[in-house]
Amino acid sequence: MNTKKCFINGMGCISAQPTFENSFLENPQIPTNVVDFEVVKPNYKEFISASALRRMKSGIKNAVVASSLAIKDAAIHPEKIEAIITGTAFGGRQYSDEFLKRLVDYDEEYLSPTPFIQSTHNTVGGQIALNLNNHAYNVTYVNSAAAFSSALLDALLYINTAQKSNILVGGVDELSKKSIERYRLVDHYKLEKDKNFDILKTSSTGCFPGEGAGFFMLSKNQQENSYAELVDVQMKNDLKVEDLNQFVSSFLSYNELSIKDVDVLLLGNNGDENFDYYYEKIENIFTTSENIYYKHLFGDFPTSSAIAFWIAAKILKDQHIPEVLYKTAEKSQQKTYKNILLYNQYRGKDHSLILLKNV
Amino acid sequence: MKTKIAITGMGIISAIGNNVAENLKSLEAKKHGISRIENIDTKLKDEIFVGEIKRKNQALREELNLSKEDNFSRTSMLSLIAAKEAIKDAELNLDENSSIGFINGTTVGGMDIIEKYYNDFYDKEENRHYIHIQDAGSNTNLIAEHLGINQLVTTINTACSSAANAIIFGARLLQSGRLEKVIVGGADALCKFTINGFNTLMILSDEHNKPFDENRKGLNLGEGAAYLVLETEKSALARNKKPIAFLEGFANANDAYHQTATSAEGKGAFLAMKEALKMAEISPSTVDYINAHGTATENNDITEGRALQRLFQDKTPEFSSTKPFTGHTLAAAASVEAVFSILALQEQKIWPGLNFTKKIKELNLIPQQEVKTQKIEKVLSNSFGFGGNCSSLIFSRSH
Repeated sequence: MNTKKCFINGMGCISAQPTFENSFLENPQIPTNVVDFEVVKPNYKEFISASALRRMKSGIKNAVVASSLAIKDAAIHPEKIEAIITGTAFGGRQYSDEFLKRLVDYDEEYLSPTPFIQSTHNTVGGQIALNLNNHAYNVTYVNSAAAFSSALLDALLYINTAQKSNILVGGVDELSKKSIERYRLVDHYKLEKDKNFDILKTSSTGCFPGEGAGFFMLSKNQQENSYAELVDVQMKNDLKVEDLNQFVSSFLSYNELSIKDVDVLLLGNNGDENFDYYYEKIENIFTTSENIYYKHLFGDFPTSSAIAFWIAAKILKDQHIPEVLYKTAEKSQQKTYKNILLYNQYRGKDHSLILLKNV
Repeated sequence: MKTKIAITGMGIISAIGNNVAENLKSLEAKKHGISRIENIDTKLKDEIFVGEIKRKNQALREELNLSKEDNFSRTSMLSLIAAKEAIKDAELNLDENSSIGFINGTTVGGMDIIEKYYNDFYDKEENRHYIHIQDAGSNTNLIAEHLGINQLVTTINTACSSAANAIIFGARLLQSGRLEKVIVGGADALCKFTINGFNTLMILSDEHNKPFDENRKGLNLGEGAAYLVLETEKSALARNKKPIAFLEGFANANDAYHQTATSAEGKGAFLAMKEALKMAEISPSTVDYINAHGTATENNDITEGRALQRLFQDKTPEFSSTKPFTGHTLAAAASVEAVFSILALQEQKIWPGLNFTKKIKELNLIPQQEVKTQKIEKVLSNSFGFGGNCSSLIFSRSH
């Protein structure tokens, strides 16, 4: 089969780090006393009209800004975008919580339509299409930690088969107080403020919650400023740790690579002592790669793989890894970073492998 | 070379029946499932009509042999019932078919249960386990685990077109060669969140919904779940399984007009139908029946109608909306109506649009009002949602 390659031609990222100004790789910020990793807010007014801003909560705002940046970065005319694919597990969670609270507290009285409309997951993709006046394929994946990888896979299927040439794909989730409170009740999220930077050393359950948006212009055409190539995405809903080796090996061999070909392994460690052993296991498989992580700087959220995807593409383009991302002090001196593999899971579910290659 | 998408199984639960056979019987008898709401204590109970499944959560739990500690929301229990029927119908042995995928559509996810225990979570521990399923994906993951599916599993929420997009993504995964079989569809249970949400939009009717009627007053919400088993024709042939129908074409387009209203000319709807026909490589004149989105809102029916007239000129084939039977089942609507479309192909019958009395002035469209037997080879099914999401599917008969 004549498979078309898939290039990352533009990116936009809003997160708890200075990814918006694109300076993260040179200037990562060390979080102190943070429990919930809120985004560094861009100047939304530069991107969104004041009247629209009033109705928008952070997720949709960040998605609109990140997608605008990605489109601008790829220098593509919005009319040429042939699909808009969004991953978001929580959707408009702040509005959803607001509507839910009023519904319960006021016994189904005093409700207004805006929170309801803005709560649904596909409002993000719908809003982007509206702003761009784009009538193309538009879909929203919401499956927890698989939401972003599902969106990537969808895009990849279209590009590989050359059915579509230019696709906007992204992941976005927002923090919401009420949801955080509820999740804390069942130990999804941590509380220990002082330890957040040392997630590898914590011995507690759950993660530090975060938020953010990463959007990407993918294309079958390579450009001068292309960041990297998205080679493949593989998802597995449920995986026993003893089957991880097989999962990884078959993915690599399908892509005609060996373990040693992976230069950088970007892992989703979030400090949850109940589930981080998956990452230990995969590190045991990859003994020659540079093993890095990122959630200690960004917090964790279902579509945080979009942040990882942004980091990986940046590393491949700049050929530089900030020291703060390394899991251990000792690191090998790589000549060139060619292949980066992302591995993520959440609470033992939604395992994903994403492979990027330099261009 | 195009991979032919065979449908080898289906399952459904809706206000007109607990399985495919019961749904068929109701359609044939013109027996609707619209009533006042009984299972949810909502303030709106005397103001609205709904397509409610008259079984309490406890009854569903018992049928499924679930324990009280299980995290299943009503939505997920409806999913399980319909998905199990589809798997059985397709004669799939999940132990032997571990590489099967599952693409679910839902807007409610765990909301029906979260809203119920919202104030209890802080004081009492007993229902806290439901917090694990407050997002949609966790519900799908739970369903997958219960069904024994552990490979490619994901969830789509494009509001009222969710199941259509689940069907489309499933089909594309088969065409890409990544999967040979995939279970696709959607589910939504009635809950206060959605009922009140739609109420704030002022599009709920205080009567039985009457699609494409000049005096339509809005929609009736419904609940249900429906799933199809899709597989490559090659895979079906290899195991000697006769397809019940084929998925010939599909398309998704965005109206890009307004978050909750459709453009006057129904641009997204027109594009979705046109592209689906193009993919199926058929002309509009070969469509024998259209299962319209037809929610009976002021906005949908006029714009969908205009899009139909533009595409089919003055030769719109037999069409109807089956929402007067089931109510609008939101994320499940496209798969519920996919089952009805396949039943139309199998039975060679056009399903009636109930409650119609007066044609929309501006349109030349009169839905079929009786169960009409005729030759049906191709059925077009529409599903449109908030966010401008428009999807169309084309099913063809299995000979």
